[in-house]
Amino acid sequence: MKIAFTTNGTDWDARIDPRFGRTDYLLFYDEDSKTMSSVDNREIINVEHGAGPKTAQKIFDNGAQVLITGNGPGGNAARILDQMELKIYVGAGGMTVREAYNAYLNNQLKQGVNNA
Amino acid sequence: MKIAIASGKGGTGKTTLAVNLALRAAETMPVALLDLDVEEPNGGIFIQAEIVEQRTMHRLVPEWDEASCTLCGKCADVCRFNAILKLGKKIIVMPELCHSCHACSELCPAGALPMRETVLGKLRHYRLGKLDFVESKLEIGVEMASPLIGQTIGYAESRCPGKSYVFRDCPPGTSCAVMDATKDADFVILVTEPTPFGLHDLGLAVETMRHLGKPMAVVINRMGIGNDDVLRYCESERLPVWGKFPNRREIAELYSRGELIYPQVEAFRRELDSILQQLESLPRQP
Repeated sequence: MKIAFTTNGTDWDARIDPRFGRTDYLLFYDEDSKTMSSVDNREIINVEHGAGPKTAQKIFDNGAQVLITGNGPGGNAARILDQMELKIYVGAGGMTVREAYNAYLNNQLKQGVNNA
Repeated sequence: MKIAIASGKGGTGKTTLAVNLALRAAETMPVALLDLDVEEPNGGIFIQAEIVEQRTMHRLVPEWDEASCTLCGKCADVCRFNAILKLGKKIIVMPELCHSCHACSELCPAGALPMRETVLGKLRHYRLGKLDFVESKLEIGVEMASPLIGQTIGYAESRCPGKSYVFRDCPPGTSCAVMDATKDADFVILVTEPTPFGLHDLGLAVETMRHLGKPMAVVINRMGIGNDDVLRYCESERLPVWGKFPNRREIAELYSRGELIYPQVEAFRRELDSILQQLESLPRQP
């Protein structure tokens, strides 16, 4: 399983960025090969419209099956993510990637696009 | 002459001023009033007039034709609004983000993104004596105000010609919708209230209108509440203050019943007439 995290850095100690579309980085952990990769998303600051869908595209291009994030994607991003075979977990904002991954393994994260 | 009635802050009295000003002016001259606050037009509450025309307004957005698409992805690359994405073998169009610029449709080598009409909202045109009143309202769920505002202005230009004044009741704020409602106006009246919030948003509106190079004046509503900071600001920025409407319970009561203010409140009528006089003294372009 390949897991995507919205983060402010590129390793296990980075924090989960609560924002989806405007996250600084996307971090991908491949559970099979136990390898980590990342995508620098900081150029999104220059994107005025459709940040959510653009970030969703990067999740798709990297072939993740699980997304772990904070507040949950907005409506436009959710419509794109909905087209993918992707399980979304929210409520991990502020955790380290390690904490968020463990919370996910222990079923402590809420599934869905809405963290309300 | 096109007069935009705008504000930074919402709820300062744009509609109250626009409706009363337009109807007062229409007692003696041909006038049009456009309600361009298309997300929530409410000028019509105060105007009991005969409907002349009703139209459903549209704009064009691309629609994906899967059969002719070669999946080259040019459409997604060219869209600066990220309204088109290519996900594997699928092209997804998001009309909510589309600004109808046609770039994807024009550049598609396979012609797989023809533009199709989608409903924006409804325009209604009323007439009462010398007044033509045109309002547009976005369809529920549609968030693209700009094209509807532009089309409403265009409609009034062709259907209500020869007016001494075209008053435009603009949306609040300083967003694209406000720019569209004001960009070709000859003069802008900014309505504010003498409070810190009113002052803050007036500052934003003034800055926006200066970018557009608009001549403008300020009208202060609910004079008597808050403080003098708005007056001091106008003085230091050399902004003419054209009117000061008093904060009176009877005005609020008339408003809440959907009635005009000027026929019943003399202090209000005086300020209104003084604003009309100021407008009359503006230089007229040929």
